[in-house]
Parts: sequence; C-alpha cells; structure tokens
Amino acid sequence: MTLDRLKPGCRGRILSMTGDPSLVQRFYELGLMEGLDVEVVAVAPFGDPMQIRSGSLRLSLRKAEAAGIELSISV
Amino acid sequence: MTVALVGNPNAGKTTLFNALSGLRQRVGNYPGVTVEIHKGIWRCANTEFHLIDLPGAYSMAARSPDEQVAVDLLLGNTAGEAAPDVIIAVVDASHLERHLYLVTQLFELGRPIIIALNMIDVAKQQDIHIDVDRLAQRLGVPVVSTQANKRLGIDALAKAVCGASRIPKPIEFPAPIEQETRALSEYLPKESSVLIRRLLFDIDGQNERQLVQKHGSSFSDRLRDARERLKDHGRLASALEARTRYSWIRQAIEPAVKHPPTPVPTATDRIDRVLTHKVWGTVVFIIIMALVFQSIFTAAIPLMNSIKAGQEWLTTIVRQHLEPGPLTSLLADGVIAGVGSVIVFLPQILILFGFLAILEDCGYMARAAVLMDKVMSKAGLSGRSFIPMLSSVACAVPGIMATRVIEHRRDRLTTILVAPLMSCSARLPVYTLLIAAFLTVGHPWWMPGLTLLAMYMIGFIVAPVVAWSLKRTLLRGPTPIFVMEMPHYQWPNWRSVILRMLDRAKAFLVRAGTVILASMIIVWALLYFPATDENGVSYELQISQMQANDSAQHEIDALNGAWRRQSVLGRVGRWIEPAVEPLGWDWKIGMAALASFPAREVFVGVMGQIYNLGQKEADELTEPLGQAFQSARWNDATDGRPVFTVPVALSLMVFFALCCQCVSTLAVIRRETGSWGWPVFTFVYMTALAYFGALLVYQIGSRMI
Repeated sequence: MTLDRLKPGCRGRILSMTGDPSLVQRFYELGLMEGLDVEVVAVAPFGDPMQIRSGSLRLSLRKAEAAGIELSISV
Repeated sequence: MTVALVGNPNAGKTTLFNALSGLRQRVGNYPGVTVEIHKGIWRCANTEFHLIDLPGAYSMAARSPDEQVAVDLLLGNTAGEAAPDVIIAVVDASHLERHLYLVTQLFELGRPIIIALNMIDVAKQQDIHIDVDRLAQRLGVPVVSTQANKRLGIDALAKAVCGASRIPKPIEFPAPIEQETRALSEYLPKESSVLIRRLLFDIDGQNERQLVQKHGSSFSDRLRDARERLKDHGRLASALEARTRYSWIRQAIEPAVKHPPTPVPTATDRIDRVLTHKVWGTVVFIIIMALVFQSIFTAAIPLMNSIKAGQEWLTTIVRQHLEPGPLTSLLADGVIAGVGSVIVFLPQILILFGFLAILEDCGYMARAAVLMDKVMSKAGLSGRSFIPMLSSVACAVPGIMATRVIEHRRDRLTTILVAPLMSCSARLPVYTLLIAAFLTVGHPWWMPGLTLLAMYMIGFIVAPVVAWSLKRTLLRGPTPIFVMEMPHYQWPNWRSVILRMLDRAKAFLVRAGTVILASMIIVWALLYFPATDENGVSYELQISQMQANDSAQHEIDALNGAWRRQSVLGRVGRWIEPAVEPLGWDWKIGMAALASFPAREVFVGVMGQIYNLGQKEADELTEPLGQAFQSARWNDATDGRPVFTVPVALSLMVFFALCCQCVSTLAVIRRETGSWGWPVFTFVYMTALAYFGALLVYQIGSRMI
C-alpha cells in the first residue's frame, strides 16, 4: 500500500521509496528510510497535502510525492 | 576570523546569528542567486569574528544555484571569499540524529567545526537527556550547549571558536565508493574531491549540471557508469550515503543520549491537533489571515495619514519661505512629494513583516502554507504564495517583498509577477469616483457594490490564470519538491522579529526608494514644463499674483488647468488620443491615465486639475469632478456627445484594475528579482492586458447599452 492512500491514524513500515531521485534523496536527508515506522497524522482540508510523523519528525508532503513510498501496514 | 553558521532550517541558526551580531549585520551580494546571505560582526571578549549566516539546508546536495552558493562558500570556491576559518554547526538537540546528517558531511570539508547544541530546553521537555561532554568525545568535535533565543551559551561558544583547531575525521564509506571517487578525481584532478564524491550521490543536482557543462558528455558518461556500478540491489547511491551516515551517527551518539522509552507527547502535537484539523484549523486560519489583512488596511492608515500630514506641512513651509519658481516647485511637488510617497509605505511594510516574522518564528507559517497548498497548486503555485497574494490586496509593495518566504525560485517569480493584479487599495479612489458619478443615480441600489466587487474579482480571477500560463510557458520547469518539515511551535523571539522588520524596511527605503523618488520627479517635470504661456509669462507667477490679489478661486483653478493641459504630459495626451479612442477615452482621460502610471492615486488629482478644479485631495474632488464628468463633451463642444458614459467608466475601471500603474511596485520587483527585465516584463504584459481589457469592455459595452 502506498503512503498517499493511507488515512489519518493509520501506521505502516516503509518498504521502499521510489520516484524522482531528488525527491527520494530529500526523504533520506529528512531521516525517512526503509524500515522506519510512519503514522499519518492529518490530511489538509481539500484532500492534499498530508501530514505524517515518524519518531520526532513531522512532515507534510503532497500525495503525488507520497505515492512513491511503499508501506507494509501495521494492524 | 571568518565563522560560517550552518544548519538545518528550524535549528535556530538565524536566531543565533541575530543573538551574536545584533544590528551589526548586512546582506551579502552574490550574483545569480536570489537567496539572501546575511553577514555580521560578532564581538566577544576583545575578539571580532566575521559571521556569515548560510541558508538553512538539510545536506550539501545542492539542487539549485541558490543552494549551490552555500556549498561554494564553504569550499572557498566563491570569487573573492576564502573558505571560513571555523564552522559553527547549529543542531537542534531534540532532533539530534537527523541534524547530525549535515554535520557529518561538513566533516569532509577539512575545516574546524564547533557544534552548537541548540534548543536544549526543548529536548528536556521531551525527556531527552544529552551528556554534552560524552557527545563531543564520541563525535570527535567540540560541542557547546546553547539556547539561542535566551542567548545562553554564547560565551562558551566564543571560547570554543577561538580555540578551534581540531579538524574532524570524515566518516568512512564502503570501499566501492572510495574507489569510484578516486577514479573520478583522477579524471578531473582540478575539481575538489568533496564535490566529486557528492556527484556520486546527488543525481541531477546543480553540481552535476555545472560540471557536465564544463567537461562535456564523456565525463557525464563516466559518471553514469560509476553510479550504475554503485547501485546496491537496485537502490541508488544516495540510499547508501543515508545508511552509512545514519548508522555511524547512531553508534556514535548512543552512549551520550538517553531517550524516553515512549516518545513524550509534546505541546506541538496538542496544538497541531487543533490547528491542522480540517474544520478548526481552517477557522483559525481565516481568523489569523483576516487579522493580518485588516491590520495592514486599518492600523496603517493613521500612520499613513500622519506621514501625509507631515508632508503637507513641509510643503507649505517650503512655499511660504521660497519664491515661486521651478526650483521651489521641484522641491515641494517633486522631492517632498516623492520622498513622502516612499515613506508612506513604511507603516504597511513594518506591520506586514512584523506579522510574518511572528508567524514564521512561532512555527505557524508552515501549517498555513500546507492549508492553502491545494488551492494554490491549481494555479501552479504552492501554499507559501498565499500570504504574499493576500497582502497584495492591500498593497502589492509589501506583498511582493513577502514572497521571500517562497523557496522555489520559479514559484516566487510567478507570484511576484501576478501580485500587482490583486486589486490594491490605491485603485479604490478611481473606482469610487467613477462609480459614484456613473453607476449610482438612475441605477439599481446594488449596482455600486456589485461593480466594486466585480473590479476586485477581475484581479482575483486574472491573477491565477496568468500564473498558470506563466508556469506553462515562460517559467516552465519540473515540479519543485514540496516536502516540508513542520517545526515545533515556540514563542517568537522578539529580537529576531524586530530585526527582521527593520531589515525589510531598510531594504525597501534604500533600493526601492531611489527609483520611486526619481520617477515622481520626472512626472513633476512633465506636468510642469513648459512653464510659460504664449506670451512668455510664467503660469506660476500669474497664479501667485492672482492669489495675492484675492482673485476668484475658479479663475485661479482655470489658469492652473490651462497650464497643465499645455504641459508636456498634456501634449503627449493629445498625441496619443487616437490610440485611446477605441477605449472610449478622450485625450484628457489619456493624459490623466499617463500621469498616473507612476502612482494610481495621482489620477483623481490630475483629472481635478485638468477640469479646472485646482490642486486638491481626492476626497474633496469626488463630487465636483463627478459633476464635471457628467457635463464633459468631446472636443469641449457644448453640444457634442458626452465623454463619460457607463461603458467609458467601466473601461476606465477595467484598465485600472489590470494595469501596473505603480512605480513603487516595479521598483520592488526589480529589487526582489535583481534584474530590470522582470519589472519591464510586468509593465508591458499588464499594460497590454489592461488595454485589451478596456477595449473589449468599451466596444462590447457601448453596443449593448
């Protein structure tokens, strides 16, 4: 399941990150990596962008960017 | 000694810079970049350090010229500037691991580094405990604990910087990377090995673009092959960099940092639950925006009135004590009016930037940008463009200056270019005059309000359309990355806020002020000369004689009118009459429209003079001018067709809605974009839009009504 499809409150573990090389590199620089747990905190009023949290990191990203992050969902 | 401040955005780097240098700062000039690099002097215990505040960055991977300038400065590649002697790496103690990522990259620069461990108080609140000495020992770099907003730790920092000599040891990378770096370095011996190593990691970066341009396709082939070889299970080398750095960081800091077993819920999380809530978040946002907007409109007005009053007082004094003549008029109507028209913007600029600084500092800006992102992206922009556009509805000058907050160059430029379309308050006197004269009597009660709304809406609709077109044509490019970190909420640092306000005000006064003053003087000259009538007698002399003789005011005003009508501007107005006739205008309207190119509000005043109502303020003129308009006839023939009809009034209003008649705006565009080309472009495209808009409205309107 890709990150852009997740609803607020859902959690998952990052399996892979694909997309534009600069975008993926920015994810790494911010501390997102394969194996890390992320949680969707909120989605903005018009449906985009979304806010996620991983540890102490709070990020907001557009769904188009989140679509490259593949997760395995925790129950 | 030169000291560079480096660190992630939101690490408190600029707060530290302000705490160290205070007012002793200025902006450095670097060609080809729009990002501002602040330099300052830090005096501490008999030593003077030259500080340079580099833009916040997550890593040395530069993707644009703006990001590259920081890397070049650190490497000493910038012309005329040596590499810094010492680097202070500012790090947020509550995000230690992530902030150290950049720091490990800095290790490779071969310069002494001091880590300023900032925001220790925030870390304590989250139950994170750091043993500073152990950390320093594990990292191999001195670490000084600081709280920039309370100015704690500054002395210890100074001591550490003075005694800085140890060059940290770079992290070791897996052998394949070292091999490829060596091979490429041998191929390009003149380039720094730091940059070569980064090339392997940073795909499509600014660095790569520059080097490929310099060394051609054989180099880019080598680079591509090297990156292929480094792919690890299909993952890019940047993944390898991340894993290598983070695992080193983790094992290094583990004995020195104690985390709570489960993360402590922070105040930021609690506040965010409201502020990013679909409903409540939007409500709070609207309230805050309304507050900002309303303050610019209203709180600024008393201050602006005082400035205008002061200007009038000064003008009266000048006229009282000096003989009438060109020099006096230049001083009174040119210089004082010009300087006044610059200073009158200061209240709005100070208020807007005060608010922006507070919102940015406390962390709310990032959330506001997220809220508006979807709406703005329909026009090809991003959430950060919202506040500049909103401010432009009051006045484009501070609005355009506020586009600083937009990181992405093309987005910032697009926002700057459409901001003048957002109906500004200077257009109001024109709307009020024309609506009062032509759309009130004999029209339904809702006509005035509707017309006013329509005029505003024209701007609100055309602006996004133009923005969208620009992003598709001139300013086309790959979609920038919008991933944004949400900072902690914190109390704004008042020192920083005030410094920022003063900095913006100074920037405006110095750069924009001179252009505005110059153009006001030019308009003054165009309306003043020729100053003598057919008999060679000075108009001004005649007017002052008539005033001394207590002549009837309307006779004085008639002479004044005759004078202005035969001035250079009047003659040009008559000359362009054929061009404005399709818009339904006569030469008098054309002349006043021309005169108002430097500043819209001039329109009403100049019209007043042309129609023999003397030199008065706009609000005094509305009624008499409205009446004068109703009896105005083409070519002054008393039985000719009326000049002012509803379609003419509408076409005039539409022209004002779409035209950039504000040299202050153009001056600010020039300052913010660093080139003359963009203000010229703005002027041309908006004048064209205005002309055709007015043409359309008049031609269609006069056939319908």
